[in-house]
Amino acid sequence: MYYLFDGTYLGFLSCVFESFERKESNIIPLMQEDYQIALFSETRTIVTDNRKALRVQKGLQARVGKVEAMDFYRAFLSEDRKAWLASFFIVCQIFSGRADIRQDYGDEHVLYFSQILKKVSRERHRMKAFIRFSKSSDGLFFALVEPDFNVLPLISDFFRKRYADMPWLIYDMKRKYGLLFDTRQVGEVQLSPEEVQDATMPSIAIEMDERDELFQRLWKQYYTSTNIEARKNMKLHLQHVPRRYWKYLVEKK
Amino acid sequence: MQRIEEKLKILADAAKYDVSCSSSGSTRKNNGGIGDASTSGICHTYTEDGRCVSLLKILLTNHCIYDCAFCVSRKSNDVKRAAFTVEEVVDLTMNFYRRNYIEGLFLSSGIFKDADFTMERMLRIVKKLRQEERYNGYIHLKTIPGASEELIKDAGLYVDRMSINLELPTEAGLKLVAPEKDHESVKKPLAFVNEQMESFKEEKKLIKHTPVFVPAGQSTQMVIGATPENDFEIMQVADDFYKNYKLKRVYYSGYIPINNENSLLPQIGSAPPLVRENRLYQTDWLLRFYGFRLDEILNPQHMHLDLDIDPKLSWALRNPHFFPVDVNTADFNAIIRIPGIGRQSALKIVHARKFGGLYTYQLQKMGIAYNRAKYFLQCVDTPFRLGNPSMEHVRSAILSESNSGNRRQAVTGQLTLF
Ligand code: SF4
Repeated sequence: MYYLFDGTYLGFLSCVFESFERKESNIIPLMQEDYQIALFSETRTIVTDNRKALRVQKGLQARVGKVEAMDFYRAFLSEDRKAWLASFFIVCQIFSGRADIRQDYGDEHVLYFSQILKKVSRERHRMKAFIRFSKSSDGLFFALVEPDFNVLPLISDFFRKRYADMPWLIYDMKRKYGLLFDTRQVGEVQLSPEEVQDATMPSIAIEMDERDELFQRLWKQYYTSTNIEARKNMKLHLQHVPRRYWKYLVEKK
Repeated sequence: MQRIEEKLKILADAAKYDVSCSSSGSTRKNNGGIGDASTSGICHTYTEDGRCVSLLKILLTNHCIYDCAFCVSRKSNDVKRAAFTVEEVVDLTMNFYRRNYIEGLFLSSGIFKDADFTMERMLRIVKKLRQEERYNGYIHLKTIPGASEELIKDAGLYVDRMSINLELPTEAGLKLVAPEKDHESVKKPLAFVNEQMESFKEEKKLIKHTPVFVPAGQSTQMVIGATPENDFEIMQVADDFYKNYKLKRVYYSGYIPINNENSLLPQIGSAPPLVRENRLYQTDWLLRFYGFRLDEILNPQHMHLDLDIDPKLSWALRNPHFFPVDVNTADFNAIIRIPGIGRQSALKIVHARKFGGLYTYQLQKMGIAYNRAKYFLQCVDTPFRLGNPSMEHVRSAILSESNSGNRRQAVTGQLTLF
């Protein structure tokens, strides 16, 4: 049976809760927008209930520990429906007494889950690496990104700790929200379409710090100078910096 | 006055032959300023040659009083010279760092006037970053051979990693191309810094507030293929240095010809020995993470690494009695010796088999190079084999199977350009 929920992690956990309460198995969790996939099949709409979701979360933590319980959130951020299904299966197994199921790599769901986790973690790492801030004249450092997965929540701490003495904004163009740090705390923000438009062409719309262009130029210069022509290996280069990331990389623009 | 662009061009170009760009190993925290270290390091971009760019790697100056034949900055070389001011390096580092271009600074220098004069200037940069800019990002400082222990000790309190390059793998090789240099002047500071690191660690056990000293440890670099050392000699030196000075990394840098004046060195136009360099790194890896002893891979009977196949496969072919390894019963340490299986997949196998014997189809999905591993392993549904296959046969079967996923391919693929 298909469970349709609102696409939040709390909604996902609510699905787990409902399936146990209703003793329904073989559940496929989907977002309401995915409804076409479930057309003509048996479906149930699950209303997100924070209290129920938290009970599932607590239960998970008690069974597999806090760190491993986080893995389900990470996998969820992949937005990959097959990963959601694998997660759902594994969580249900854990609640049925198989707390060690995550090591059963011979199982298809478990293996897929571990592969997705790896991909999410790689994307998270890439965002730590590939984010490029520009400095506006009012001192805000801002960056635009389009990560493969919804990893902003996973990099927030990293940037808050590292760039603690300057205000910054990291905006996910695909998912249309961003993280804004005001030198005290990080909050989620949504830009209006006009603001997004401005941000994509900062040189025209936003007044930049007078030396920002200089440092972009110097960085490009450095990038070129540090390359060793005799060792050129574009295949390896593309493996490390796939083309889809070039758009926002100063040195590849 | 040279423009900053031009200085950056000259001094980044001259620094790039130092292959290390690692930003790992430090745990420095941000205490009230900007920046911190990322334990496993971050590559912020990659050059077109596929190397990681993690640090702003520059020379303070490429003026040098020495004349090492393998070096672009040598005194007799006709190149443009430049020197950064202390302020310029600090400004560049901070502005690159704040834009998330880099993990930190890798500062090295040619020797102008004398070692201490140069070292003192580098120390000023490092101190300014830490004290005035309240910068806690990564700093790798290349020590100047011959600098006083006082300066080195002082610098150790501010930087994350220190290095000093052996340059040529053997003393004899070094004498050929850099008569003014010797290995002693490299060993001495390495030993000194190592002693200091140990004593700071001891002190830390007693007094909590002891400052950190070179928290990411030391490294060194050897140039490969400039002088005639064989792989056995090179890896012996590396092995010694890992053991005696507890180095974090030894780097192997395939020599890129830069002049035709010294007839002892490879001439311009000869390709850098990239495959060999890759094989040395693989060997280094096997020694540090796969439990191999050096004499299993290289010894007086095998002084050269096979360029066609990686050193693990090469070892396996020479040791057929070790195989097949049964992945359902063998030790982790035996499984990682199977060609085509890395540490990660071996770990998966060891976990997964607790839930029941593993079959071929399961192994194939676990991210191992099955087409290579299949000659060396056994699982539940491996057909019974009469006797062992000839290793000559296995070797040619693996070589002819052009496996697109393997690293060697990437390297040869680009060598054909020459
Ligand atoms: S001392 Fe260093 S910078 Fe000077 S020529 Fe020798 S290797 Fe080059």
